[in-house]
Amino acid sequence: MKATINGRIRELPGELTVDALLKLLGTPSTGVAVARNDRVVRRGEYQTDRVRDGDRVEIIAAVAGG
Amino acid sequence: MGNPDVNRSADTLRFGRYEMTSRLIVGTGKYPSLDVMQAAHEASGAEMVTVAIRRINLDNADGRTLLDYIDRTSHTILPNTAGCYSAKDAVLTAQLARELLQTDLIKLEVIGDAQTLHPDTRETLVAAEQLVNDGFTVLPYIGDDPVACKELEALGCAAVMPLAAPIGSGLGVCNPYSIAIIKERAGVPVIVDAGVGTASDAAIAMELGVDALLMNTGIARARDPVLMAAAMKHAVIAGRQAFLAGRMQKRLYADASSPMRDLISTQAP
Repeated sequence: MKATINGRIRELPGELTVDALLKLLGTPSTGVAVARNDRVVRRGEYQTDRVRDGDRVEIIAAVAGG
Repeated sequence: MGNPDVNRSADTLRFGRYEMTSRLIVGTGKYPSLDVMQAAHEASGAEMVTVAIRRINLDNADGRTLLDYIDRTSHTILPNTAGCYSAKDAVLTAQLARELLQTDLIKLEVIGDAQTLHPDTRETLVAAEQLVNDGFTVLPYIGDDPVACKELEALGCAAVMPLAAPIGSGLGVCNPYSIAIIKERAGVPVIVDAGVGTASDAAIAMELGVDALLMNTGIARARDPVLMAAAMKHAVIAGRQAFLAGRMQKRLYADASSPMRDLISTQAP
């Protein structure tokens, strides 16, 4: 299946939890926040919220700015 | 004799449920290094620092992040929505920032034009309303527009942040009359955001009576950012104290400070 992650379409093995997606991408689960289809996924939902075919996922962090 | 330290400690900046002694808020962008940034933050005396929110680079996960260089016991983090061009993007960015940083604070920035980085007032108002209703403490970046500032206040924003000059321009307070009108009418704190280039700009803004300044480039792009951070700290305090003290009336002609009576004269009476 395909999902758009941070603006880029990626091929994924199949439906998976946010937690599994972060592990697959090699992204630490601390210091980031996640939205799926324009809705924030709370940290407590990482094990249950599932990324499905066609979803748009944003993974963000704090960076330097004014 | 008065003790200025005692007076100053009572004169705090308050908005929403936040209270600070320092009236200087500083950014984290454009520093030559994160170590210099950290030293500049210390020298500025600021208790609140801004950060931006961006997509992470999935191809290159870094080790230490920006947040490792901010002491959250002494600094409150103010995330921004810089770079957003629509209310929708700004609202999602704010919600992500809240989840990431566990804060209700948001510096709302909805840009309308890439060259001037002036705000899109209509989109800023739309986003402000949604974020206030969603429980955020909203600090909106806005033009030096007294009407827009009153509208943002009516929507429930905790402060208004008119620009002094375009972001990163260092031009100083371009329209002191508008800033003074905004301050005179505002029922919430006025935080001048953007455009301050050096210490005198900061003092001039504070002498207008505004409640605080937010700056980034003026410090980060100085030849010595740490020294400029200290200069800005003193300028903000000086400007605030001068405002509270109340300046003298300007006069066209001189008015001698020494007595004009009992002058010594070598001429015979």
